[in-house]
Amino acid sequence: MEEFIEHFAEQFDETERSEFSASTEFKELDEWDSMLALTIIAMVDEEYDKTINGDDIKAAKTIEDLYKIVENK
Amino acid sequence: MIKSYLNHISYYLPKKVLTNKELSEEFPDWSIEKIATKIGIDERHIAAEDEFSSDMGVQAAEKLFEESEINKSEVDFLLFCTQSPDYFLPTTACTIQDRLNLRKNIGALDFNLGCSGFIYGLSIAKGLIAAGIASNVLLICAETYSKFLNRGDKGNRTIFGDAASACMISNKKAVNGAEILQFQLGTDGKGAENLIVKEGAMRNPKKVNSNTEDDYGNVHSGRDLYMNGPEIFNFTSKNIPDLIQNTLVKNNLSKTEISHYVFHQANKYMLNHLRKKIEIPEDKFHVRMNFCGNTVSSTIQIALKELKQEGVIKKDEQVLIAGFGVGYSWGATVLQF
Repeated sequence: MEEFIEHFAEQFDETERSEFSASTEFKELDEWDSMLALTIIAMVDEEYDKTINGDDIKAAKTIEDLYKIVENK
Repeated sequence: MIKSYLNHISYYLPKKVLTNKELSEEFPDWSIEKIATKIGIDERHIAAEDEFSSDMGVQAAEKLFEESEINKSEVDFLLFCTQSPDYFLPTTACTIQDRLNLRKNIGALDFNLGCSGFIYGLSIAKGLIAAGIASNVLLICAETYSKFLNRGDKGNRTIFGDAASACMISNKKAVNGAEILQFQLGTDGKGAENLIVKEGAMRNPKKVNSNTEDDYGNVHSGRDLYMNGPEIFNFTSKNIPDLIQNTLVKNNLSKTEISHYVFHQANKYMLNHLRKKIEIPEDKFHVRMNFCGNTVSSTIQIALKELKQEGVIKKDEQVLIAGFGVGYSWGATVLQF
């Protein structure tokens, strides 16, 4: 989980690392946009060799929610 | 078998330029500079209100005749690739035959493909030449996606630009020409819904102007182009590595024997993801789209033309080109310069 949060945070340029935790509601972050959604999908593909889609991102509220979705793929 | 050669490429970009600055003024909350850097696009060209794919295609072809030794009387087949034709009928290629003043005893047809269009055009041209049906095929690709885009669709307005390109495929090699080797093609219509203009043609003829906004604030209605970015991204991640592998196998080549890889210039971010996935060294993988954006069926030709002019692509080199997108449709081949 910690590693996932780390990879997740790395995709952001402007948001402080300290703002990311398992309970972070990432779509509420100012920096969140469609480009970041793509980079998260790419990160999951690169780091975990798993495919998530737009609906998975829609379904997840927190980083932990998304982590669980990735785990169950 | 009679061999086919890709001999000349010219392209045309409409005059009007849409810069990142203009987009950021229109969408102050849209972090355009950051996004534009990631996707590698500084500006895109937009067709004038009274300028259409046919007009741009004619411009590109006239440029081809100017820039090369080609005499238009040599053209004995015209292929026109577009998804934004002037009319349902007649065929745009027929009207272009007349406007370019090409011979009348030639074949002319349109085909409807997007980002895979150039590869398919080359495959059709090669088939016509191999069968002895034609000797000099003029392939024009032209697209005005800007006319399909909702003004409020900031995402797609950032990515897509309009352009036309023209090239000549012949049974004889010109000085700078390249032999067209073997093709690998693919289709999966299951992806149709993910990149679509739903309304305006026969199935949904009535345009219902109801704008909807997606999770990221992009506005579109059924008559506008809709692209499900994540799904398209996943489609390429899943299919393009195999496409490249199978193209190499078909051509009896190894990954290292290819000097340059030129993929459909969708956006720099996605291309880089593919490059890493396929494990292509950075110096062999080229992106030339900062000045025009994603021009759909003309991106590969524009990049090839730039790379030739820069002297990056040299004689005797092998270049793998691949196109993929709307349909889904994909294809690749190798050019032997």
